[in-house]
Amino acid sequence: MLRTFRIGGIHPPESKLSAGKKISLLDIPEQVIIPLAQHIGAPAQAVVKKGDVVKTGTLIGKAGGFVSANIHSSVSGKVTKIDNALDASGYKRPAVFIDVEGDEWEESIDRNGNLIKECNLSPKEIINKITEAGIVGMGGATFPTQVKLMPPPGNKAELLIINAAECEPYLTSDHSLMMEKGEEIIAGISILMKAIDTKRAVIGIEHNKPDAIAHFSNLVKGYAGMEVMPLKSRYPQGGEKQLIDAVIRRQVKSGALPISVGAVVQNVGTAFAVYEAVQKNKPLIERVVTVTGKNLSNPSNLLVRIGTPIRNLIDAAGGLPEHTGKIIGGGPMMGKALISADVPATKGSSGILILSHEETIRKPMYECIRCAKCVNVCPMGLNPTLLMDATDFKDWELAEKNYIVDCIECGSCSYTCPANRVLLDYIRLGKGKVMGIIRARKS
Amino acid sequence: MILTAIISLGGIGITGAVLLYAASKKFEVYEDPRIAQVQDVLPAANCGGCGYPGCSGFATACVNADSLDNLLCPVGGVEVMNKVSTILGKEAGKADPMIAVVRCNGACEARPHTNQYDGAQNCAIASSLYGGETGCSYGCFGYGDCVTSCLFGAIHINPETLLPEVIDDKCTACGACVKACPKSIIELRKKGPKSRRIYVGCVNQDKGGVARKACNHACIGCSKCEKECQFEAIAIANNLAYIDPMKCRLCRKCVPVCPTNSIIETNFPPRKEKVTEDNSANNQLII
Repeated sequence: MLRTFRIGGIHPPESKLSAGKKISLLDIPEQVIIPLAQHIGAPAQAVVKKGDVVKTGTLIGKAGGFVSANIHSSVSGKVTKIDNALDASGYKRPAVFIDVEGDEWEESIDRNGNLIKECNLSPKEIINKITEAGIVGMGGATFPTQVKLMPPPGNKAELLIINAAECEPYLTSDHSLMMEKGEEIIAGISILMKAIDTKRAVIGIEHNKPDAIAHFSNLVKGYAGMEVMPLKSRYPQGGEKQLIDAVIRRQVKSGALPISVGAVVQNVGTAFAVYEAVQKNKPLIERVVTVTGKNLSNPSNLLVRIGTPIRNLIDAAGGLPEHTGKIIGGGPMMGKALISADVPATKGSSGILILSHEETIRKPMYECIRCAKCVNVCPMGLNPTLLMDATDFKDWELAEKNYIVDCIECGSCSYTCPANRVLLDYIRLGKGKVMGIIRARKS
Repeated sequence: MILTAIISLGGIGITGAVLLYAASKKFEVYEDPRIAQVQDVLPAANCGGCGYPGCSGFATACVNADSLDNLLCPVGGVEVMNKVSTILGKEAGKADPMIAVVRCNGACEARPHTNQYDGAQNCAIASSLYGGETGCSYGCFGYGDCVTSCLFGAIHINPETLLPEVIDDKCTACGACVKACPKSIIELRKKGPKSRRIYVGCVNQDKGGVARKACNHACIGCSKCEKECQFEAIAIANNLAYIDPMKCRLCRKCVPVCPTNSIIETNFPPRKEKVTEDNSANNQLII
């Protein structure tokens, strides 16, 4: 009997069209647009100016606070301007524009493909290196990694959970990375274990990736305290709290951090980025992006420099098909429709999904029929229909009392609603309002 | 039997009455009778536009305040405030009547769509998702959060321009639409004599070229109006002109100089046709 989380969840069609495809290297574009806000928290502050010449890996944005991350140039060339640019958020935000000239890397970066397993650094040095490299959660939430590795005083991590669930339909970027960079990922995991001083790490992989489970079960044999746990495929297993529940059967209280139950969760892509940062001095300047869609001629997993326009990715996967309805940044469940193909790929771009016009037609929304399907599928045990009404009537007290801030925005409620109600859109709005009210009350 | 019933019921009644009387004396809370009087003349819309929780809250504030200077019922206006001042014997504050203005002039033909939105028809939700269907991420969505927020039916979406319009006579300047607009497009401004107002119908803070590309009526921050104004009422900040309603003398000189027609004038009589020099010379000859 495979484990999964205990409350709610759905299982949408997996549609992993690009599974098994090798990671292919995308050509460096002529110009990159590197947003200064690619992570949760304060945007980075630009440290370059117009006309500066940068190398691949040069620091161009310094973290703007504790919860923030450094930004590095992903190409070598000349900074043409620092201006507002449209990004995946749908708004124009500050970004660094760089015209590419050649591909000259910073000397400190080790570009040799040799595997380095040994790491003799102290936890503090490891965390410093991760901070320098600007690593953020690669699953899509883009929370700065170093913050997660420094638990508040009084908390001790018992185990590290590696999120290799990749529960989003269509996406295969983590899967392909695991198949090709397994050794490096394992080395990254051992570095992370050292950073938080724990002896145990569990890699949670959904059972729809049997090749990855077999591959990793082989790889972990040489490492003490590391184990692979196959999980039953269920969305949103990759949610931090859901994964903790699935792996160690502990529930994180409302408003608490995973460290309160002794767990630190990191994405498998993050483990790879940590390996490269610590052993190779390589900042986070490229990532694997799945470009997929039923009408796309060649769904692929691409290794992409941060800041490459999405248009280039789509062209590499066979070009934009006719009758395209929407381009989604991310997976179909948590992703967001992009309003232009010129927005750049960022640290959090796990996938680009092309949906045909027919797939994006919205069905008309009806009144709630009180079937409580949304209540059944909510992985946080909330009452989505109540929260939607509370937001609609601006009853923030009711929303807060019913734990609206615990919503992880997985979209299972909207997916399952037979009346096609846009539950998540309303709940997300209400959650933002209530969080604002709580912040104002505290200060 | 009947007698027993009458006696016992009567007894309970009398005891109850005595208890209630004693309680009402003991726990009596004195309320200024003027509060009720003031409340009677208020419009009872309970809109909260005055900044107090409903009309009763405002009435209490009026009675307790030393002067009525900072107190204004936006719905009732000067008329109601005069009544309140007669009841309380305090001088009514001199507050200018206000009105809501929509600072977006980007109608469909001026602001071409760059994408389509088919999500929840709600401005706050759309704004939490992205910048909007046009190239301007500051402009009006047109889904009508302001319309639903208005208790007085004073605002509606014009079906041609898809922008909200305020009906002067119905708007009470309660400010509900100002709070409802996620883009902060609506502003409360001085209503002005004969409802005449001049304001910049744009809130786009992008640089001139970018703003102009997104919308034909965008303020590009060229500061022509600033130079034209003799009363220093216009200031440019963040690539955007703002006309201070307190300094503006409604001379209308800024309106024609705006290269994008983003300055809006309301309820003015039509301008006289400019007579060119040649024409005037001809006229003189004829005379």
